Amino acid sequence: MSETTQTNTGEVLPRPGGLRGIAADWASDQRTFKNVSWGKAMMWIFLLSDTFVFGCFLLAYMTARMSTTVPWPIPSEVFALTIGGHEIPLILIAIMTFVLISSSGTMAMAVNYGYRRDRRKTAVLMLVTAAFGAAFVGMQAFEWTKLIMEGVRPWGNPWGAAQFGSTFFMITGFHGTHVTIGVIFLLIIARKVLRGDFDVERRGFFTSRKGHYETVEIMGLYWHFVDLVWVFIFAFFYLW
Amino acid sequence: MVEIQSGIDEAIPPAETEDVELYHPKSWWTKYVFSQDAKVIAIQYSMTAISIGMVALVLSWLMRLQLAFPGTFTFIDAESYYQFITMHGMIMVIYLLTALFLGGFGNYLIPLMLGARDMVFPYANMLSYWLYLLAVLVLVASFFVPGGPTGAGWTLYPPQAVLSGTPGGQDWGIILMLVSLILFIIGFTMGGLNYVVTVLQGRTRGMTLMRMPLTIWGIFTATVMALLAFPALFVAAVMMLFDRLLGTSFFMPAIIEMGERLQHGGGSPILFQHLFWFFGHPEVYIVALPAFGIVSDLISTHARKNIFGYRMMVWAIVVIGALSFIVWAHHMYVSGMNPTFGFFFATTTLIIAVPTAIKVYNWVLTLWRGDIHLTLPMLFALGFIVTFVNGGLTGLFLGNVVVDVPLSDTMFVVAHFHMVMGVAPIMVIFGAIYHWYPKVTGRMLNETMGHIHFWITFLGAYAIFFPMHYLGLMGVPRRYHEMGETIFNPPSAQTLNIFITAMALAVGAAQMLFLFNLAWSLFKGKLAGGNPWRATTLEWQTPQTPPAHGNWGKELPIVYRWAYDYSVPGAAEDFIPQNQPAPDRLSRGALT
Repeated sequence: MSETTQTNTGEVLPRPGGLRGIAADWASDQRTFKNVSWGKAMMWIFLLSDTFVFGCFLLAYMTARMSTTVPWPIPSEVFALTIGGHEIPLILIAIMTFVLISSSGTMAMAVNYGYRRDRRKTAVLMLVTAAFGAAFVGMQAFEWTKLIMEGVRPWGNPWGAAQFGSTFFMITGFHGTHVTIGVIFLLIIARKVLRGDFDVERRGFFTSRKGHYETVEIMGLYWHFVDLVWVFIFAFFYLW
Repeated sequence: MVEIQSGIDEAIPPAETEDVELYHPKSWWTKYVFSQDAKVIAIQYSMTAISIGMVALVLSWLMRLQLAFPGTFTFIDAESYYQFITMHGMIMVIYLLTALFLGGFGNYLIPLMLGARDMVFPYANMLSYWLYLLAVLVLVASFFVPGGPTGAGWTLYPPQAVLSGTPGGQDWGIILMLVSLILFIIGFTMGGLNYVVTVLQGRTRGMTLMRMPLTIWGIFTATVMALLAFPALFVAAVMMLFDRLLGTSFFMPAIIEMGERLQHGGGSPILFQHLFWFFGHPEVYIVALPAFGIVSDLISTHARKNIFGYRMMVWAIVVIGALSFIVWAHHMYVSGMNPTFGFFFATTTLIIAVPTAIKVYNWVLTLWRGDIHLTLPMLFALGFIVTFVNGGLTGLFLGNVVVDVPLSDTMFVVAHFHMVMGVAPIMVIFGAIYHWYPKVTGRMLNETMGHIHFWITFLGAYAIFFPMHYLGLMGVPRRYHEMGETIFNPPSAQTLNIFITAMALAVGAAQMLFLFNLAWSLFKGKLAGGNPWRATTLEWQTPQTPPAHGNWGKELPIVYRWAYDYSVPGAAEDFIPQNQPAPDRLSRGALT
């Protein structure tokens, strides 16, 4: 489906202008979003649905935090690391966020090289993205371990509202799962790129559909989304 | 109307994409079991949904027997009664109606009606069914675990849903229920993405959105809603699962059980209600919109007349879908809320009546002076209009806060929602099965059995739910295992209960006849031919009946007109298929 130009541009249809034109464009023949492939449309709609999942998680967290009658642990103290005798607030989260945002950059470059059909660079950049993602999950595991050692549990913690631990583990866990799934798929697709599947349009093992470099971009959509979600989690959980 | 039909003379645009490559099954297993063909998946979805629906039907009999003859059936104690209620509601709403309308009819009709070869992602579509089946099996498993299925009511309100006083609360019941819901939602998402993308991006040449049959509009809008509403249920289910398994307190306030203070504290039960109903109210329309769409096509086809106000019908579907996301708290009037919110939600709720009324008027105006054939699909469509209007009007009562509060916990509510989202959509499902069975199997369903089925179901359903309104107005509470002695219930209430139960058993028996008809007609039914109803939509124009793998022959159909060209003056027949070019175009011989 990557060949998204019209296969036959015979007649140009007359189109109404104004609001009617907008409605007519949306309702038009065959495809609502011209030059958008099925896979890309599916990913966008999936991300919309997933936005509602994260939206509900975050709203539930905010409800819990705003309605609690006991003190909420102070994020800048809870998420501080003692490095060289100094307690630095949010240092780990800052690094994690930096790593994840950087991975979005390498992903975008991978998409670019994918469309230039530069097999090696695409694959390497995807692997770098996957490495950043894995590093993020690793640091998250470190943070979880540290908090668990300090006594934070889903059902309680030493500093205040029990919902702190519950929402923290649930939301970061759910996001971490998304990152992990992303890393796995990055590796799978990087392998396909490296093997040249997309150059020879090799058929997928499960779907028996032809492979295209657009897959890299669709993977990128998912990855950027996971990044964007992290920005919201970072803002609402750590900076609030 | 003129504008839509003027499309006939427009040039047919060139194909924008190459024809898809289909997955071709290599063995019996990949052809009939692990099939990627939307038509096979549709039948798998439908059969699974109907099978689990039969379980829910039997549960409703058991509940009715208990209500009519309290104390007679010793195996129905209060606990199992609540388990029956919970499973009946959950199965009927999610595992039967949602799965049958979207997974069943959606899978079968979307590719065929749009002139596509299949769904856009057949493999994900197949996974969708198998996850659905797994969800159903997990649900069924809860009947066989210690403690039985959950008895929390189909709304699963915490804190009681996860406490030991509720059947399954501290056993396996609630866990399996929540796991099953999570699986269902994941599976549905895979299918739902397919339906949406197929409608948006997978149509054949000439099939603009405003030429789609209303069936597709209904299923499409409902699927979009489901993709946005199910996440709330997903989140609620995950959080409740954690409350139950990890001892978190998302929904659990500080609580004392059996004299002991539980470990929970600080959670908000109301939060669950918000999440649940943010899903729950759109869910009503996820079930209703496909029914609206399908019934429009049934009425138009069997009254041999174009649908009245097609454009308005489409916009009404879209507006209802959008509005249904901002009315959810009308299910929570009794939970208590700021009066301003009550006012807001009452207002939005009542506004939904406007597009809904437009639809009802348009159905009636389509019938008006039509050439009405009282075929089985038409009978069920008429039954739908009546039951839907009835159920919709009581919805206006319940949408108002002051009327809702005294009625909320009575049989009136049971009567209302069964009428509007139980009986009415099921009427459409039956009509749709009688309508499309010839396409699916190549044979007509038996008419005599069909008529018996219709009259018992329609009159019986009325006899069940109409008197229930009066029970509710008298104050008979719902979700009660038995009434016992009350000062406000006259003995006649019990007589009415016995009558309702007798009717429920009769209606249930009629469904057995329907199932028998489905099996019998498969072998003995009259041969149907390709287009027995002389309908215009594309699924009736396939080269083979039942449609072969890939639906169409070598060439995809080209659409020249909307779906409702019935009884067009001057036309040779009283219907013009969507893929038939305008006469002048035929003579010119220029198609592209």
